[in-house]
Amino acid sequence: MDIFIQQLINGLVVGSIYALIALGYTMVYGILQLINFAHGEIVMMGAMITISAVSILSGSGVNLPGPLLVVAGLLVSIPITMLLGFTIERVAYRPLRKAPRLAPLITAIGISIVLQQVAVLIWKNNPRSFPDLLPHASHDFMGAVITDLQILIVVLALVVMGGLLIMVEKTKLGRAMRAVSMNQSVASLMGVNINYVISMTFVIGSALGAVAGVMVGANYGLAYPTMGFMIGLKAFTAAVLGGIGNLAGAVAGGLLLGIIESVGAGYLGPITGGVLGSHYQDIFAFMVLILVLVFRPSGLLGERVAERA
Amino acid sequence: MSEQKTLLEVKGLQVAYGGIQAVKGIDLEIKQGELVALIGANGAGKTTTLKTLVGMVKPAAGTIIYNGEDSTRIPVHHYVSRGLAMVPEGRGIFPRLTVEENLWMGAYYRNDKAEILMDLERVYGLFPRLKERYKQLAGTLSGGEQQMVAMGRAILSRPKLLLLDEPSMGLAPIIVQKIFEIIRQIASEGVTMLLVEQNAKLALKTANRGYVMESGRITYADSADALLANEKVQHAYLGE
Ligand SMILES: Nc1ncnc2c1ncn2[C@@H]1O[C@H](COP(=O)(O)OP(=O)(O)OP(=O)(O)O)[C@@H](O)[C@H]1O
Ligand SMILES: [Mg+2]
Repeated sequence: MDIFIQQLINGLVVGSIYALIALGYTMVYGILQLINFAHGEIVMMGAMITISAVSILSGSGVNLPGPLLVVAGLLVSIPITMLLGFTIERVAYRPLRKAPRLAPLITAIGISIVLQQVAVLIWKNNPRSFPDLLPHASHDFMGAVITDLQILIVVLALVVMGGLLIMVEKTKLGRAMRAVSMNQSVASLMGVNINYVISMTFVIGSALGAVAGVMVGANYGLAYPTMGFMIGLKAFTAAVLGGIGNLAGAVAGGLLLGIIESVGAGYLGPITGGVLGSHYQDIFAFMVLILVLVFRPSGLLGERVAERA
Repeated sequence: MSEQKTLLEVKGLQVAYGGIQAVKGIDLEIKQGELVALIGANGAGKTTTLKTLVGMVKPAAGTIIYNGEDSTRIPVHHYVSRGLAMVPEGRGIFPRLTVEENLWMGAYYRNDKAEILMDLERVYGLFPRLKERYKQLAGTLSGGEQQMVAMGRAILSRPKLLLLDEPSMGLAPIIVQKIFEIIRQIASEGVTMLLVEQNAKLALKTANRGYVMESGRITYADSADALLANEKVQHAYLGE
């Protein structure tokens, strides 16, 4: 088996999930210059609620094919996470919009802990296995293996991201979002309701987060109440890598981080003479974060058009 | 002209930033169809006055009656649909939107797409330069072109009362001429305007009436011709 190709495939899968989550961070940052640390918990909620909804549905005798059951679960979890995202902004960030930057950052961490603990109360602090409902036949691909599930994750992620980019680039709401991210007071002069645009940003980002959460669950076969922290931190790293505030950057950063991490982990054992195993793969993400912050804090695509007075 | 109805009536307007009073009780009256100039030295409170008229700053005291209604208690984003538009000081274009997207932002509150497209063509007629560059990011335009974007954007909101804050700032004389030509043209189409300018002479030559503002107060209010002929105004603001 070709380890490189295999790790490339795995990295692409994980990377497309990071990209979806990173978009949530970067959209909020673009508009509010706020790092919404609670976004990782939104991802977790998306996964946990979907698992519960699916188990309740199948427990109550609903007889749907596996993939449709997952879709039904998403139809429950997406609206709930959207409402959560909306509420978090309303309750924790909006009252602090004119406060020093550190204040909303601290409430973000607070909200993140609250959501995590609420999840522990609801689901207990144990991993839940993600029901085995999606196709996962494997196929040979250039000397490596790729599964239906992996293909599904990557394709769905690309479709969702494409949809988001079209929304941002081509619709009135998207144009208003970009305008608000550049100049709030002039945007409001044009008739844009800033609060509405900010709420929509959280709502849309949360929907993407829920989809990503389900992908994480399906990809690893499990989900747990404290999973939001690590996945959130990785996706945040991806957003910084791509240039926070930049949508294309979030996508590129997510894919790149997934691949670096996965390929790196594949060779970590041999490189370190067996001292570090592939379970140390998380160090790659944080090495990337440190390197980017030191050498290119604006990220890969973070360069902005010169703004002339 | 004096038979025209009053579009804007400001009485006893005071505005403060924290403890600092920027506007200390001013009265303004603008009739439908007028082009009124507001001139004064740096820091006199002109920008503050305009911002208060469009709700970006809330007054500490006084009343603003626009089109017969009190307009101090509505949210900022409701002003434009009532026909109040402002071309802000420093232009306030959206740098990473294209020229055309900037113009569409002016029509954000409108839903009449066919009419918006007509207005868009009209703006391109006024500023052919913008038509050539409609896909360019507005942040990469020259200062004069950015001013055209800001004015075109305001036109797309179909204003009844257009507030212009120093449209000539930082522009070469030939561009200033062009901008003022457009101002006269918009005025001739019936749009009422309040024009703030450092270039007091040009402003008064363009306007019907004028106000002179000094440290938060209105010190002269008269027809533009009378102000141009006023020796004290000439001495202080017209460099004569
Ligand atoms: N956001 C603000 N916070 C505090 N003070 C302000 C603010 N904006 C304006 N001021 C003060 O209010 C006064 C009036 O300012 P304003 O910008 O209205 O003057 P202006 O007549 O437009 O001047 P210029 O010709 O330089 O544009 C000034 O003393 C200014 O320092
Ligand atoms: Mg000013």
